[in-house]
Amino acid sequence: MFELSSDKVMSKRFALISLVILTYFMSNFATTSLAEDVMRFPAPEFSTAYDFPDTTIPAPTTQTAQWIDVFLLTLALSVASWLAVKKRSRRGIFWLSIICLIYFGFIKQGCVCPIGSIQNVALGIFDSNYAIPMTVLLFFIIPLAFALFLGRVFCSSVCALGAIQDLVILKPINLPKKLTMALSMIPYIYLGSAILFAATNTGFIICRYDPFIGFFRLNGNAPYLYLGAGFLLSGVFIARPYCRFFCPYGVLLGWMSQFSRWHLAITPTECVDCRLCEASCPFDYIDKPNTGLDRENRETGVHRLGYLFAMIPVLVILGGWIGHRMSVPMSSYNNTVFLAEQVIAEQMDSALEPTLQTETYRSMGMSEDELLTKAALVRSRMNMGGWLLGGFLGLIFGVKLIKISTVRSRKDYEVHRSTCFSCARCCSYCPSDEMWKSNFVPGSEAYSQAMSLLEPGKFSESNTAKETVESKV
Amino acid sequence: MADLKGPDKSNRFEFIKQGVSRVIALGLGMLGGFTAFASRRSNTVWQIDPSKCVQCEHCSTDCVVSPSAVKCVQSYPVCGYCQLCFGYFQPNAPELTAAAENQLCPTDAIERIFVDDPYWEYNIEEDKCIGCAKCVQACEMFGNASFYLQVRHDVCVNCNNCSIAMQCPSDAWERVPADDPYILKHIPRQTAGLRIAPPQFHV
Repeated sequence: MFELSSDKVMSKRFALISLVILTYFMSNFATTSLAEDVMRFPAPEFSTAYDFPDTTIPAPTTQTAQWIDVFLLTLALSVASWLAVKKRSRRGIFWLSIICLIYFGFIKQGCVCPIGSIQNVALGIFDSNYAIPMTVLLFFIIPLAFALFLGRVFCSSVCALGAIQDLVILKPINLPKKLTMALSMIPYIYLGSAILFAATNTGFIICRYDPFIGFFRLNGNAPYLYLGAGFLLSGVFIARPYCRFFCPYGVLLGWMSQFSRWHLAITPTECVDCRLCEASCPFDYIDKPNTGLDRENRETGVHRLGYLFAMIPVLVILGGWIGHRMSVPMSSYNNTVFLAEQVIAEQMDSALEPTLQTETYRSMGMSEDELLTKAALVRSRMNMGGWLLGGFLGLIFGVKLIKISTVRSRKDYEVHRSTCFSCARCCSYCPSDEMWKSNFVPGSEAYSQAMSLLEPGKFSESNTAKETVESKV
Repeated sequence: MADLKGPDKSNRFEFIKQGVSRVIALGLGMLGGFTAFASRRSNTVWQIDPSKCVQCEHCSTDCVVSPSAVKCVQSYPVCGYCQLCFGYFQPNAPELTAAAENQLCPTDAIERIFVDDPYWEYNIEEDKCIGCAKCVQACEMFGNASFYLQVRHDVCVNCNNCSIAMQCPSDAWERVPADDPYILKHIPRQTAGLRIAPPQFHV
């Protein structure tokens, strides 16, 4: 391509100087990794004074900024807890969610978020080469700690992904119970796979398939922007689809929130079973009272429960085996395994064109044994992880079956603690709440719903409820 | 006003719940402690190790920022200040001028300034640079390899999952401490020791 001799300017008179300078360079930089670089041309010999310009090095976001974010996260969670649990203010939660959407979403552009931090923690635990930054660890733990004491206040208004979906809930519909049951397995699969992929250093899939990051950055690859647009469009009818049916962090928050000491409650006093809150939750996370329902034969129930308990080990082993069978195709997502597969495929079939990866591998001079050992290690870890992931999913499936088939008696309307986002929509629907009047202005949908409930025959059990509602309307 | 006194302890389920809650709190604390033990206080950012880079063009196509946060940087002490710069001119360029048909850079991002006969200084205009590494490759193959790619942290948004790192064929991307965020050619890492000042050539 190039004719080096055509460069007449670099004449021979510099040969001696170049040798001297080269030696100088080599002696100076022998410690660096790039000492082997070929200096084809000598350093110039300027006749006038010349200072080498500095290579500028713009600094990344400072450590202080990261700590400010941790502080702001804690502050936002505290305010959200106060608004949800103590003030019961939907309006407050709404404005906080707008602020958090703007700050954590559009200004901070979404990284690192607690959802993605799951993977940093997993990588930090399993990969000794990666030390998790303290701020990222705090981003992972703080929302969980809040959920353990105060419910999922993180979901209510602090999470930017939740906030952007919460804004588009316009015509929420109730999905069939069986469908939501089936879909609620997805977050567990997503969580398990994300941990497995992070732990084997294969990739951060939660971040990779984050549907909203493109909006926050006002930039992004077309497929992901379409994915985000799809989530937002379906979110008009199916309230917060990502949060309910995909979010892996929601699984962890749910586990915590289930045992929360304080949690947002529908009613500030005693529930009068007026049913007004029934339709207030766009997510269908309000559990209805079930004391009046017919109970099934105790013996049938116990028998079924016995079968289900006996099935759990079967489900765990079956799930583990499926995970084990899936581990080989899953491991192809790992760059090392993929490269090893390509190299072997090219050896078997000489007609295959070498790819950029295999060409690079050959030019880097890594021995084939080394590559295959590395790939085999990833495969074996993936296999182990496959067993664990499958077993975990089998266990979750079994526990879900048991949960469906057992019913705890409940005499009031209660939020479903493990899933409730603490958005406080239901609060102002309760006639015992101070804010109730603002929701039931004549002409509003809630008002007509309340009036229809006041029609004769609508209240089956409680007369006090009817009286309460009548006195308040 | 919500009841903040906590659940009624006489209830069996509530009692179990509280117990589990404490166990989880303890577990969370232990996980935090364990990970904190292995954690580092400084954050990490992404950077390219120029010694591994193979100039594959993924840096210009896969970044979430447009144009890419990866830019070419010039290592002045390494540069030969050639009049015929292989990173600047097309192979077989009709003439050695700044006309577009002579330039290798697709975005006219290299500035060529006359210094002293026969030397020319080459600067990267980072606003224009898209990180395609065409100049880097030419300079590595035929010159002193003074051009190389670096992540510029004023542009990089530091994605948790860098989409270029995922595609890099030579594993050149790595997480580096945020307080030493560049892997500069011929300047040892600050963490590794003292910075060596670039050699000065005065006549």
